[in-house]
Amino acid sequence: MSGMVEKRGAAHWFTHLGMILGVVIIGFPIWLAFVASTVSQPEIVQPPMPVWPGDQLVENYAKALLSGVNVPVARMLFNSGVMALGIALGKISISLLSAFAIVYFRFPGRLVFFWLIFITLMLPVEVRIVPTYEVAARLGLLNSYPGLILPLIASATATFLFRQFFMTVPDELAEAARVDGARPMRFFIDILMPMSRTNMAALFVILFIYGWNQYLWPLLITTDPEMNTIVMGIRQMFPSGDDIADWPVIMATAILAMLPPVIVVITMQKLFIRGLVESEK
Amino acid sequence: MEKRVTFKGWLLPLVLLTPQLLITAVFFFYPAGQAVWQSLFIPDPFGLKSQFVGLGNFEFLLNDPYYRASFATTAVFSISVTLVSMGVALFLALLADRLIKGSGAYRTLLIWPYAVAPAVAGVLWMFMFNNRVGVVAWYLGVLGYDWNHVLNGREAMGLVVVASSWGRISYNFLFFLAGLQAIPKSVIEAAAIDGARFWTRFRTIVWPLLSPTTFFLMVVNIVYAFFETFGVIHTITAGGPQQSTTILVYKVYADGFVGQDLGSSAAQSVILLIVVGLLTVVQFRFVERRVHY
Repeated sequence: MSGMVEKRGAAHWFTHLGMILGVVIIGFPIWLAFVASTVSQPEIVQPPMPVWPGDQLVENYAKALLSGVNVPVARMLFNSGVMALGIALGKISISLLSAFAIVYFRFPGRLVFFWLIFITLMLPVEVRIVPTYEVAARLGLLNSYPGLILPLIASATATFLFRQFFMTVPDELAEAARVDGARPMRFFIDILMPMSRTNMAALFVILFIYGWNQYLWPLLITTDPEMNTIVMGIRQMFPSGDDIADWPVIMATAILAMLPPVIVVITMQKLFIRGLVESEK
Repeated sequence: MEKRVTFKGWLLPLVLLTPQLLITAVFFFYPAGQAVWQSLFIPDPFGLKSQFVGLGNFEFLLNDPYYRASFATTAVFSISVTLVSMGVALFLALLADRLIKGSGAYRTLLIWPYAVAPAVAGVLWMFMFNNRVGVVAWYLGVLGYDWNHVLNGREAMGLVVVASSWGRISYNFLFFLAGLQAIPKSVIEAAAIDGARFWTRFRTIVWPLLSPTTFFLMVVNIVYAFFETFGVIHTITAGGPQQSTTILVYKVYADGFVGQDLGSSAAQSVILLIVVGLLTVVQFRFVERRVHY
């Protein structure tokens, strides 16, 4: 359908031109990183570096993945994967259970629990970083996957979301389940969980990106390079002092670090947008 | 809001709540409580015992020129990030909204920087402006401008602002575009028929109708600039030069882990807790209002 508000002629092309300019400017840093990951070190250290990809792609990525600087990047990718999946799946599981309890039961102290959980909304780990680190250290969680995952799932955003969703589920369904003599957990597994599939998927996309992109927490609790995640590990690849950084390998690592979340966003765009809008409501 | 139909029993819901309560207690309430407790003490240099100082840490902080400077730095930084990322996003969203076809394709091309971690964005921008190998720094040199954000505080601030705003444009673009598309086209066309030009239509119709989105994005972006940009700062400037990019969250880290000044770091955490609390209240009041529209 064509509107009548200035969409023809010059204005039309100006609009496309503006959009293309925006896309190019926003994509430029990534293009440059990609080019840097395909050329050799001498081509970078004598500026200006080339603007088109070179022929060192395989060499640079192989070197990054298999040997890296402190630790092979393949290892860091694996650690990031475990962390991101752990955070996404862990948070979804505990939140589904507690939202079910809060919405579908009346029990003493329900409101207290409700508020205890909801006070945690929006309070990022960055704010209570030193004491949280001390707790993790005392529990022996430094350099471990539970240490990377657990402190980051201690918030109620997902619980809040599932609660909102459960409130919109028609009462007749629970009523029917009760009349049929179904136990609460049957209702939860057979009816509520399948109905929440889309919400779970949308939340998964958001939480996966959130987990993958964590920086400060892994920086603190992984002192062993073997446990570094890729996002925090890039910084560790820069030499201290005056040595020249291995730019092609570092830039290959940067590209590898952004690939999984970018693929998730692009292939699951609908779920991603839905998740964004809902988790901010 | 309450459910009419509920299940009986109290043991099952408690069991269901246990995992979340346990994790929240251990990794949230206990550390938050510790932060408040530690903020009232000064530990001795060997960490053997600590001395109760009441609000001494807070008093010291509020009189500390470095802490005050960090507050000012955070204000400049977060306002700049909010303005830059929202301004560019609104411009692109206005353009995309004018397109009948193809806005979906542009949206795909514009949203993926959202997925790039702030720390990785930091590395990308630091690479472009590196004074040895950076392409942009090199071309600026050709033009006669000697870029060096390692020494120049203003340039360092400019660079961390741009690097932090970059990925955020995607996010703001999505919300602005959704907000624009929710405005009935008939209203705008009616104004066009009455002879209102683009700028007039924007000022009198679009901007007011978009204001809930704008306000929401403002709060969310300030929260982002306060707390989620640590990776950008740490990779590009490490708070320097001369603390010119030391935002509050960075200072909590620098004083607590690098400087080992636990009392002061805890007091700073408490102040940040209060800031987040205030921002949350603002957001919730706004969300409530929006729901009742």
